Amino acid sequence: MPVVMDADRIGRTLTRIAHEIVERNKGTDDLALVGVRTRGVPIARRIARTLREITGQEIPTGSLDITLYRDDLMRHAVGPQPLVRKTDIHFSIDNRKILLVDDVLYTGRTTRAALDALIDYGRPKAIQLIVLVDRGHRELPIKADYVGKNLPTSQHESVQVRLTEIDGEDEVVLESGGGA
Amino acid sequence: MNAAGQEIEQRQAVTALRRKDLLGIAELTPGEIELVLDTAEAMKEVATRPIKKVPALRGKTVVNLFFEPSTRTRTSFEIAEKRLSADTLNIAIGTSSVVKGETLADTALNLEAMSPDMIVLRHSSSGACHMLSRICRSAIINAGDGMHEHPTQALLDAFTIRERKGKLAGLKVAIVGDLLHSRVLRSNIHLLTKLGADVWVCGPPTLIPADVQRFGVTATSVVEEAVGDADVIMLLRIQLERMEGAYFPSLREYFRVFGMTEARLHLARPDVMIMHPGPMNRGVEIASEVADGPYSVILDQVANGVAVRMAVLYLLAGGAEDEEAV
Repeated sequence: MPVVMDADRIGRTLTRIAHEIVERNKGTDDLALVGVRTRGVPIARRIARTLREITGQEIPTGSLDITLYRDDLMRHAVGPQPLVRKTDIHFSIDNRKILLVDDVLYTGRTTRAALDALIDYGRPKAIQLIVLVDRGHRELPIKADYVGKNLPTSQHESVQVRLTEIDGEDEVVLESGGGA
Repeated sequence: MNAAGQEIEQRQAVTALRRKDLLGIAELTPGEIELVLDTAEAMKEVATRPIKKVPALRGKTVVNLFFEPSTRTRTSFEIAEKRLSADTLNIAIGTSSVVKGETLADTALNLEAMSPDMIVLRHSSSGACHMLSRICRSAIINAGDGMHEHPTQALLDAFTIRERKGKLAGLKVAIVGDLLHSRVLRSNIHLLTKLGADVWVCGPPTLIPADVQRFGVTATSVVEEAVGDADVIMLLRIQLERMEGAYFPSLREYFRVFGMTEARLHLARPDVMIMHPGPMNRGVEIASEVADGPYSVILDQVANGVAVRMAVLYLLAGGAEDEEAV
């Protein structure tokens, strides 16, 4: 199982993304971070922390559960429903630039669901997409604005992002498929 | 630790409701109950949004088939269905073919011919939902069947208690009122004992079901005993419409002996919650100042009802078979 990003690399990457955010938005006014559950949430919190260190400003940060917006819900004739978790967005997204954060960008279907979900909370001025890993194989016309690492993969492989907050360690590994 | 306690220890892993129907609490495991309550917590957030609707049940059709009058439960189901983007239709007795003599089974089979996905049924006969579940392909959700069960009411009661107290295990819950005719009581006894609460039931001896202790509850006709040090007091309506005889001398005497007054309230714990499934008879089972007082969570129960019913609809929409979901 090759480790494609270790803890240091992840840390440096998120710092670089934070600087890109400040540069591109000319500061952090009107910005808010929304992490897509599960692993987008700690990544969003870490970026918020770095942005605070850079600019001294507190960026509102929320978490979004996209389960109820999945395009594969009810597509199976029978089968148990995926678990729904809570969305916590304690600020108005109206007229804010929303930085949507996810761990891996793959088919784009999660992002599409997240965009639909976000729009139900209001009308943001803009939505920008941050991903730690872009592994290609898009099935929808979706592109990330900030990419931690472009990782060419085959569809048989799987990319596992592990984060200290959830998994006890920071690393990104590429697992070859075949088995499962 | 007793058997119920051990079951509670083992309930973590349940992540799906693998059933076609929700007929009662009796057949649910503690893990399944917790799953519904956890899912309801996520669903509750939808009501706080500017756009109170999620696309989860798009294209699903839900029939609300109500053979008994209901405002709260029917409205609550309808709002829950709409917030999940299901198509809903309401059939009430007065306007249906039932008045022309059609049987419940025929009504259901005719509805089924139009391929709904779920039927929410309220009926005055205990077991009506079980009968429909055998003859219908649609998921059947029991919205109250006779004197048998009212599972979504018990789930919303549990949700409301858990929201305030953090847990149900170890709490003393006193249920006071017309026990005999109450499906809310039966569902609540199953649920509360499964989750480890200490359940006391109280009412006039004529309104206590025979052998109720068999379900692991303490029965008494002394209201002070039931509410003493209680964490939760749940009042049940005196169901005059179901009574075929004289169960107690008068409503005024019932209130004097069993009615929840401020004086009796003070026998309970200082952070007691007062609950009532509605509709309330003020001045019979509950004094107005208690119903509207600071301990009352009666309107929270109504609000939580929508979230709990959304959770049930969502979880059952997946179907019964254990097949691989992506």
